[in-house]
Amino acid sequence: MSATPTLVARTGAFFHRYANPGRFLKLGARLQPWLTWPALLLTLAGLGWGLFFSPADWQQGDSVRIMYVHVPAAMLASAGYAGLAVCAVLSLVWRHPLADLAAVEIGPVGACITALCLATGSLWGKPMWGTWWVWDARLTSVLVLFFLYLGHIALIRAFDDPQRGYKAAAILALAGAVDLPVIKFSVQWWNTLHQPDSITLTGAPTMSSSMLWPLALSTLGFSLGFAAIVLARTRAAVMESRIRSLLSSPRRRADATQTTLQGDAA
Amino acid sequence: MTHLPYILASYGLATLIALVLSIGAALRLKQARTQLAVLERPSDRTTGATSPL
Amino acid sequence: MTRKTRRLWLVIACVACLGAAAALMLKAFSSDIVFFVTPSQVAASPPPADRTVRLGGMVVAGSVKREKQGETPIARFDVTDGQAAITVRYEGILPDLFREGQSVVAVGTMHKDGFVASEVLAKHDETYMPKEVAEALKKSGKWDPRFGPPPSAASWNSMTAQDAKKMLPAGN
Repeated sequence: MSATPTLVARTGAFFHRYANPGRFLKLGARLQPWLTWPALLLTLAGLGWGLFFSPADWQQGDSVRIMYVHVPAAMLASAGYAGLAVCAVLSLVWRHPLADLAAVEIGPVGACITALCLATGSLWGKPMWGTWWVWDARLTSVLVLFFLYLGHIALIRAFDDPQRGYKAAAILALAGAVDLPVIKFSVQWWNTLHQPDSITLTGAPTMSSSMLWPLALSTLGFSLGFAAIVLARTRAAVMESRIRSLLSSPRRRADATQTTLQGDAA
Repeated sequence: MTHLPYILASYGLATLIALVLSIGAALRLKQARTQLAVLERPSDRTTGATSPL
Repeated sequence: MTRKTRRLWLVIACVACLGAAAALMLKAFSSDIVFFVTPSQVAASPPPADRTVRLGGMVVAGSVKREKQGETPIARFDVTDGQAAITVRYEGILPDLFREGQSVVAVGTMHKDGFVASEVLAKHDETYMPKEVAEALKKSGKWDPRFGPPPSAASWNSMTAQDAKKMLPAGN
């Protein structure tokens, strides 16, 4: 019994601290530069290192440089969907309003990065394997992930009442999370054309450290960039929802000012 | 470099997607901020304070 | 708060059920999900000649014979998984990564006199190693790529291209 009522309540309270849009906007504005600039720097450093200074692979030659784009994109494609699943739990269990807004914004960014993963994978597969695409377990499960993203994007915007869209999309995000372990372990469970992972939690990486470093840099850079873009979009979404509520009822605008005054006094 | 077109296409695609996403997000943020500032100006209170969602 | 707890358990139960269902389904279709069959599987139960199969394995060192029939190159090579070997005949240009000791996937049909491939895909392993390091390992006799996977990464992981260059003249 891990989820005693007190724990559920405490978790809810923790996340609800940031359900307050004003507090979120303040925190987000403070956080934004710490994500954006390191992301830009690390990505440029990682990709520049990978493209110009890292060694060519003994059997793949220079094509191995596609890895420095493909691997971070693949990791983020899965991580982004895991983020959607976390938002789904927060939304379904605690009815967290920010989780819904974040889910709306993670969807398109995640779909873009998954498309990048698929496209660079194709561009890598053609010269190395000799084919743009095969229906092996790894490639197919990532394609399924891409369609899950597309479904999520469509579903969350499909209803006139946004709350119904949030709920339906959250259920889809949770159901689709089943695909994540399938992607991760597909190369171990079944024989595939795609090679197994070079970097695992349990074993030493089967990769030269002169390639591992640029890969680590670009992965970190891509991840921070993903977070920065999602944060910026979510901040914009919070502001837009506030604009909508201000525009729709002039009386609430007065109320809002009232709350501001009270909030400042308190 | 061997297979240069494939490598360039990959890096180009990554740059393109990064540019589109980040410029899109920046513009949206800027527009929302300006609009919000205009709406909240009459009250002369533009603190990032609470309001019901 | 009890409503939230109930919702949490409901979500956990749904995800668990869904996960179990997916796991069972993947288990049931496991034989259809594999991308290729191994030579020993083909040798044990040869597929009918009209069925296209994907045969995966390692190219046996010294088994590759290339000839030319007019303009089209023809290659014959043995593919093995360590237990059985099957001769593959392929008309066309082999992928760049094709070599002895490399894993390949041949798409084609099984005939009485061997496997006739219509397409050969090269599979590369998860080892990423600078060219110079590989050269140094080969020259020093620590590894012959035709006969097996490279030595564990720990032995050369920290070796950079510069180290390898320094090693090469010494090794020769």
